[in-house]
Amino acid sequence: MDQLIANLSLGFGVALTVNNLMYCLVGCLLGTLIGVLPGIGPVATIAMLLPATFTLPPESSLIMLAGIYYGAQYGGSTTAILINIPGESSSVVTALDGYQMARQGRAGAALATAALGSFFAGTVATILLAVASPPLAQLAFKFGAAEYFSLMTLGLIAAVVLAHGSVIKAVAMIVLGLLLGLVGTDVNSGMARFSFGVPELSDGIGFVAVAMGVFGLAEIMKNLEQTEEEREVFLNKVTNLWPTKQDFKDSWGAVLRGTGLGSLLGILPGGGAVLASFAAYTLEKKLAKDPSKFGKGDIRGVASPESANNAAAQTSFIPLLTLGIPPNPVMALMVGAMIIQGIQPGPQVMVERPQLFWGMIASMWIGNLMLVVLNLPLIGMWIKLLTVPYRLLYPAILVFCAIGVYSLSNSPLDVVITAAFGLLGYVFVKLECEPAPLLLGFILGPMMEENLRRAMLLSRGDATTFFTRPLSATLLAVSVLLLVVIMVPAIRKKREETFQEE
Amino acid sequence: MKLKNPKDFWSGAMFTTFGLAFAIIVKVYDYPMGTASRMGAGYFPFVLGCVMAVLGIIIIAQSVITSGTRISKFAWRPLIWVLGGFVVFGLTAKLLGLVIAIFLLVMISAYGGHEFKLRESLISSVVLAAGSVLVFIVGLKLAFPIWPEFLGWG
Repeated sequence: MDQLIANLSLGFGVALTVNNLMYCLVGCLLGTLIGVLPGIGPVATIAMLLPATFTLPPESSLIMLAGIYYGAQYGGSTTAILINIPGESSSVVTALDGYQMARQGRAGAALATAALGSFFAGTVATILLAVASPPLAQLAFKFGAAEYFSLMTLGLIAAVVLAHGSVIKAVAMIVLGLLLGLVGTDVNSGMARFSFGVPELSDGIGFVAVAMGVFGLAEIMKNLEQTEEEREVFLNKVTNLWPTKQDFKDSWGAVLRGTGLGSLLGILPGGGAVLASFAAYTLEKKLAKDPSKFGKGDIRGVASPESANNAAAQTSFIPLLTLGIPPNPVMALMVGAMIIQGIQPGPQVMVERPQLFWGMIASMWIGNLMLVVLNLPLIGMWIKLLTVPYRLLYPAILVFCAIGVYSLSNSPLDVVITAAFGLLGYVFVKLECEPAPLLLGFILGPMMEENLRRAMLLSRGDATTFFTRPLSATLLAVSVLLLVVIMVPAIRKKREETFQEE
Repeated sequence: MKLKNPKDFWSGAMFTTFGLAFAIIVKVYDYPMGTASRMGAGYFPFVLGCVMAVLGIIIIAQSVITSGTRISKFAWRPLIWVLGGFVVFGLTAKLLGLVIAIFLLVMISAYGGHEFKLRESLISSVVLAAGSVLVFIVGLKLAFPIWPEFLGWG
């Protein structure tokens, strides 16, 4: 307990410096700004804004990125409620009841419930993160190369199973990601692989280029397929922000359950915010005495998924910070950002750079607070953005992306590579191949190869090492079990239902 | 023959092609395979390439027995103009400076939308160029030339 307080006060000492508060604020604002734009989720938002953080010191840069992440999430629920367009997939279910509330003139109550529920969930999850991380990191120190390899396998498999869409296509996307991640100089032999003599490629493909192309550019082109429709924006109806007493009474149970479920699902590899919000909504509907109200503007249908996705967004930092394994694409981007800052994510971060570790955790809570305090009053401004027609918005987004990607290394080639991944991403959309597993594989590719080689070297080429070491064997057994379970037709059907919008 | 599940068929074909391409490159460029205990640079990518090719074939096989929806039409217009504008930006940023590169990017990509309004795009490109110079060059001090360097304005 004492240790916890000491850790947290160290963290707040870092996060509460004027500079870092500023970066946290800027991150939250920028994140909301981009996140509000329809069709741009947190992954694309972070990918776009990453270059802006590279020149900052590591603490500030990660604090700002975390702020961008929450801001983007927050912006996504705002659009879900006000115009029935979820800014990202984790607020798809929020739109069901939130938009109905807005149509009944209760947009203010819905927005405030979402914000307050998220803040509560964020607070609980931050404490959980602070409590659970040290023991988990201790466990991680016991991991050898074989265990790491098996853990990454489990992480990737779980990411597939808990996502939606075809399992085998997702596995193939992971492998494609792993392969793309291997492009560049082989660390062991110094040999340039798949670079065809292009010097820029011997440093590998930039993960910003991949993420921005596949998630950003492809998304824009997809949006441009549809003709612009008139959106019904409940602009002037957002007057009475504060929920009524009855609203509080109705929603507190949902907030608690959403927080609990979200915290749990966030830790799981592949879980994250999307799954959490879907599961929380389903749970709430099952528990309700009057499920018929859901979908018609029930406040619980806003409170529970919003709390759940924020809790999950927070706890998904746990595997990243303690094990160095990103559980979802957003965390994969955080890994990329850390590596660029010269930090190898993993259990040693907590020991070697306590300021960074605890500063980031403290800033998560501050970021959540900022979003409530600043964004509720600013909602009017965010809504104005939504009235800007897309034909004006997307060239501006493109300018932002182009400058960001170019400034990474002042190389025209990066821009061209990004465009190529944009094309690839568009093909993925057409073929219904989910791009998220690709990004996870891309980040984990080099790490997996490294651990595989080391494990095999230590065992003198004996592949059974993965099955004879108990921890590693358990992890692999769980992966196989997951894959087998998902093949069972009944469970497969259930899985499809969970991700079905109603 | 009409494909029953074109989305899956072409996905499988794509994965198989990529997988084979990686595996073949390993062989053609002769990346050392090494042994299981001392893996060379070619080992892991070769294995992954083969795995992906096999996964692709399984997906193709599945697509023959399942039925699925058609692949929706490619929207070539946004595809070409958006990506084209992006590439043009990359190629001109250093040579012509940020202002002209942004102008080109905005005009070209806006042309890919549903309704292109010349006046509107002209105004927004000027606003975006001016804003970007302020934020990125004056503010964040990024190393872009503002104007074409060969004119000596920069």
